[in-house]
Amino acid sequence: MTEAFLWIEIDGINITKPKYDMSDKLPDKKRGQIADNNSLLRIYEQMLRIRLFEQKAQELYVQGLVTGSMHIYTGQEAIAATAGELLRETDTITSTHRGHGHCIAKGGQTDKMMAELLGRKTGYCGGKGGSMHMADFTKGNLGANGMVGGGLAISVGAGITNAIIKKNDSVTICFFGEGATNEGVFHESLNLAAIWKLPVIFLCENNLYQVFTSVKESLPVKDVSVRATSYGIPGITCDGNDVIELYDVLESAIGRARNGQGPTLIEAKTYRWEGHYTGDGYARGGYRSIEEIDLWKAKDPIARMAKYVIESAIADNELLEKIEAGLKDEIEKAIHFAMESPWPDDEDLYKDVFYEKEEV
Amino acid sequence: MTVIKYSQAIRDAIAEEMRIDQNVFVMGQDVETMGGVFGCTKGILEEFGHDRIRNTPISEAVIIGAGVGGALTGTRMLVEMQYVDFILHAMDQTINQAAKVRYMTGGKATVPLIIRAQQGSGRGNGAQHSQNLEALFCHMPGLKVVMPSTPYDAKGLLKTAVRDNNPVLFFEHKVLYNTKGEVPDTDYTIPFGKADIKRSGKDVTVIATSWMVLKALEAAEILEKQGIDAEIIDPRTLVPLDKETIINSVKKTGRAVIVHEAHEVCGIGAEIAFIIMELAIDWLDAPVKRVTSAQAPIPYSSKLEKLTIPSVDRIIDAVKEVMYIK
Repeated sequence: MTEAFLWIEIDGINITKPKYDMSDKLPDKKRGQIADNNSLLRIYEQMLRIRLFEQKAQELYVQGLVTGSMHIYTGQEAIAATAGELLRETDTITSTHRGHGHCIAKGGQTDKMMAELLGRKTGYCGGKGGSMHMADFTKGNLGANGMVGGGLAISVGAGITNAIIKKNDSVTICFFGEGATNEGVFHESLNLAAIWKLPVIFLCENNLYQVFTSVKESLPVKDVSVRATSYGIPGITCDGNDVIELYDVLESAIGRARNGQGPTLIEAKTYRWEGHYTGDGYARGGYRSIEEIDLWKAKDPIARMAKYVIESAIADNELLEKIEAGLKDEIEKAIHFAMESPWPDDEDLYKDVFYEKEEV
Repeated sequence: MTVIKYSQAIRDAIAEEMRIDQNVFVMGQDVETMGGVFGCTKGILEEFGHDRIRNTPISEAVIIGAGVGGALTGTRMLVEMQYVDFILHAMDQTINQAAKVRYMTGGKATVPLIIRAQQGSGRGNGAQHSQNLEALFCHMPGLKVVMPSTPYDAKGLLKTAVRDNNPVLFFEHKVLYNTKGEVPDTDYTIPFGKADIKRSGKDVTVIATSWMVLKALEAAEILEKQGIDAEIIDPRTLVPLDKETIINSVKKTGRAVIVHEAHEVCGIGAEIAFIIMELAIDWLDAPVKRVTSAQAPIPYSSKLEKLTIPSVDRIIDAVKEVMYIK
């Protein structure tokens, strides 16, 4: 077997840097040098907000209050939260079917999100989008997407607006999973973004499974980041459960994009604790072993971050408890808001198919 | 009024709208110096520069997908598919993204995206470069579908499309690029959803689209000599569709023939015939007839291609059939 066919070792603990790592193209920096204490605390709070929100969302799903497909982000929170901290409000993101974390990280409100999950008029999309289409244009969230790889080309378009039309220094982070890198549009999007040096950060969250299928069966390379070489852009693999590492890598890539140096492909290796979707009965002991899941749970990004902020004397237990209590209260209020919110009106069925007021 | 070619009308519409709105951005394959395969964007690069018009790689999915992303972020994206057949590479971007994003976000998203493509047969381009795909897009809520048949319509409708805040599929016809017609020298637009009566008549209504409008007009001249007065209606936009003009005409003539180059099954003719049945059945003196391409891929051989494309003779035959004239 050639080297290209060496599979990712899912030992759950050690992530080796790929030898094709192009991080030498990124500015040299000491680990954690730029992340200030307030930033780290905000990231911690956002990670916890995402987790607590989704825990409650799952409860509502089990009760039948949330319907359809809902994909839980638990285990991957560090990626969205760190990206969200580094972006400005004028920056944009494209999200995925597993998009609750991205929405919260880009400034989304949990009450409007919860109302959307419940299909209510007060939700982000008036109840017409649901979990897979959460969008908040006021905060630069161009939307979650039900199609795997659906956001890739859209992020390139946002890059065109910023770099070519408006000529500003805004950037776009395109979130997608490793499964999307096997879609044709991945190639087309990175190729065009590279040719035109567009300010897009392609952030692949490699959670090791595309639905029920392991990366061992779906990727011929150990690290998705090597695919960057096809486009002559930097590609880097990092620990997606380590906020400090993510912060450094993302900060560099965002800086490159803002400076007109073009796109970067980042692969953040991570793991989803839950199944592909809520109610996926095969996720535990089916296509994934209990041991594997436990190994990754030991790498819980939130527990690691709590440990880090306490050991670095950025926060104490009391502060973390206070943060958690505040978030639990916020989520309860969000549920209350959603439950009390009206359903869409019948006439909403035909609204918003087209933009109605023509400019002609 | 000035007489110009259909391709010039397209080019003028693009240039005029780009002068009016700095946010209009054109991209597609070979659109810069070559102006596309049919020269519709020739000269745009010289006037507006590389930040307003760009050649892309052969990457239909990202051309349309980035069109959506650009539109969502405030750019008026005017993208070109070299042949309509190539849009099939980008159906996710067109149907799952462009058509639905406004609805899925409860009206938060605005998608000023124009997808220009030339379609149709008549030049021996074979099965993958000659299709008429409008029906695929008419079926999907959220997309507007435009099919101009004259330089006047092409210019006025394209200007409207560029100013529209919705995804618009703008289907030109490869055979029409060299046709000529009068176009006003001053700024004008043509509203969507307004059919044009290309020829008034009292005996039979012929509803035709794109290139077929020209053939229907040719048929009408021959029919006139035989004492049959045909009314030719060009819907110009299929979404939105001007039902009123069609129905009023059918109520007047009592007979209808629908001519389109696309295949018959589930084509726009089926939809129009149903609308006539719903709204004007009591006025009909004969069953509605369709004249369409055969339910077979477009063949290469010029003999067979001519056989499949609706001809003037087939239109004349259909008209006579609904008039019970042998």
